[in-house]
Amino acid sequence: MSAPLLWADGLCVAYGRVDAVRDVSLSVPEGSIVAILGPNGAGKTSLLGAIMGVLRARGDLRFRGQALAGRAVEQRVADGMSLVPEKRELFVTMSVEDNLRLGGFRRRGSADYGDTLEEMWRLFPRLKERRAQLAGTLSGGERQMLAMARALMSRPRLLMLDEPSLGLAPLIVKDIFRTVAALRQTGVSILLVEQNARAALELADHGYVLENGSVVLQGPASELREDERVIAAYLGIKTVAR
Amino acid sequence: MDLSIGLILIQDGVTNAAIYALLALALVLVFTVTRVIFVPVGEFVSFGALTLAAFEAGKVPGTVSLLLVLGIAGALGRLWTERQSLSGRMLATIAVETIVVPALIAALVTWLAPHKPPQIVQVLLALLVVAPMGVYVYESVFRPIAEASVLVLLIVSVALHIALVGLALVFFGAEGSRTTALSDASFTLGSLFITGQSLAVLGLTLVLILALYVFFDRTLIGKALRATAVNRVGARLVGISPAFSGRIAFALAGIIGALGGILVSPLTTIYYDTGFIIGLKGFVAAIIGGLVSYPLAAGAAILVGVIESFASFWASELKEVIVFMIIVPILLVRSYGTQVLEDEE
Repeated sequence: MSAPLLWADGLCVAYGRVDAVRDVSLSVPEGSIVAILGPNGAGKTSLLGAIMGVLRARGDLRFRGQALAGRAVEQRVADGMSLVPEKRELFVTMSVEDNLRLGGFRRRGSADYGDTLEEMWRLFPRLKERRAQLAGTLSGGERQMLAMARALMSRPRLLMLDEPSLGLAPLIVKDIFRTVAALRQTGVSILLVEQNARAALELADHGYVLENGSVVLQGPASELREDERVIAAYLGIKTVAR
Repeated sequence: MDLSIGLILIQDGVTNAAIYALLALALVLVFTVTRVIFVPVGEFVSFGALTLAAFEAGKVPGTVSLLLVLGIAGALGRLWTERQSLSGRMLATIAVETIVVPALIAALVTWLAPHKPPQIVQVLLALLVVAPMGVYVYESVFRPIAEASVLVLLIVSVALHIALVGLALVFFGAEGSRTTALSDASFTLGSLFITGQSLAVLGLTLVLILALYVFFDRTLIGKALRATAVNRVGARLVGISPAFSGRIAFALAGIIGALGGILVSPLTTIYYDTGFIIGLKGFVAAIIGGLVSYPLAAGAAILVGVIESFASFWASELKEVIVFMIIVPILLVRSYGTQVLEDEE
C-alpha cells in the first residue's frame, strides 16, 4: 500500500487547559472517503481545524508525505487541501460567481482556471442559475453547494467537509451526498465529518468514531455499520423510528 | 453673506473635501481589511507635502532616511513573522523589497533633488519616497500583531502616529511650507473664480476613486481584499493570506496619504503636524460611513468639507470644534438606527 494522502499521529488540540482533541491518529488513503462520527462536542470540528491549520495543534501531521507543521492555512490550500467549514464562511455580500472565482484564488492565471469554473457550473447547475446573485441571498442548501464548489475551485487533493448536511432538508441532504459520491470519481479524497452517521457510513470506505476528543472506534465503514456499539449510539434511534 | 460668497465657500469646501474623501477611503480600506484604525494616515499627508516642499527648495528631504530605516524595520518584521517558513528565495525577495528598493529610491532622490527637476518629476519623487512607507509600516508594526484586538491595534496606531509626528518635527523643523500650485490656470464662471489647483485636486481625486472602484469591482485581487473584509476565515480558507491583503491595503493607504499631502500643500501651509488634523477630518467622514462604507464615507467627506468651510466663515475660531462636533449627533443616530447584527450561523 502506498503512503496515505493524509496521515496524523498523536494529534492534540487544546483550548486553554481544555483538550478538544486528544492523541488522535488517522489516515486518509488516496482516493478514499473517510468519515468521522461522534456526538456534539466530540472534537470533530476541532480536528478538521487542526488539519487545515486554522487551529494550533501538536502532534505529527503529514500531507502527501510532507510534514505540515508551521505551514499556514493559505499554504495548505496551495498544497492541495480544502475545507468546507460548518459555518460555510461565504463572502455573503459578493456574487455567487465571485465567491467561486475567489475559491480558485491561488490558481488565478492558470490555464485551466476557466475550465474549473465550467466544471463547477456543471456539477452545481443551481449555482449557475444564480451566478449573479449575492451569496447572502441563497437558501441553506444552495449555500452548502456554493461552499463546496468554492472549496473545489482550488482543485484540492483532499476535500474536508464539516457537517455538510447540517440544518438542511432531507431532500437536499440526499443531493449533497450524491454530489460527494460523484466527487470521488474525480479522484479527490474526502474527509467527512457528519452527524448523519447512516448516510456517512454508506458513503465512506473507512470510519472513525470520536468521543471526548479521542478515537474510541475505527474500522472499515462496512464493519462499523454492523458494529453493535455504533448501532446503539448513532444508528439505533433511526432504526427504531423507521 | 450673499450667493457669491456662498459659492466660494462651497468651492473651497468641496476642494478640501476631496482630500478628506481620499483619506476617509484609505481609512475604511485599511480598517475593513486589517481592523487597524490607521491614525498615522495623516502623517503620510504631512510627509507627502513637506517632502514635495523640500524638493521645491532643491533639498534632499529627511523622509529619505526614514524610508531607509522603515525599510530595514520592515525586513525585520517580515523575518520575524515568517521565521518558520523562510527559504533562500524568500530572503532574496525580502532583501529586494525592503532594502534594495528604498536604497535605489534614496540614490535617485539624492542625485535628482539638487538639480530641481520639473514639478511633475518632483511630485513623482515625493510619492516614491513616502508611499512605500505604508507597506513597511505594515510589515514592521502591524503584521506581527495582526491577531491582536481592535483596541490593541488602535493603541499601537496612536503610538505610531506620535512617533511619526516627532520624526516629522526632526526632519522638517517647526516652520511650515507651502508648495506651488500644480496648475496656475484660473478662470471665472459667473461670479465664481475657479482655480486650476482646485480643479486638479477634484480631477485627481475623481480619477483615484474611479481607479479604486475598478480595482475592487473588476480585478480578482481587489475582490480578494473585499473578501478579506467580508469574511476573514473564508478568505484564509480559499488561500488569501491576511498578509497579502494587508500589504496591499497599507500600500494603497500610503499612496493615497502621500497624494493627499501633495494635493493639499498648495492650498494651505503644512506644518509637521498638520496632517494629523486633516487625517482626523477624513476619520470623521469614515466614521459617518460606519468605517465600512466607501460611498457613505466619500459623501460624508463632502459634508465635512462644506461645513468646515462655512464654519470658518462664520466662526473661524470655532471651525475645528464645529467639524468634530458633527460626529456626536451622527453617532447617536447611527447607534439608534442599527440593530445589533448577529453572526449568521
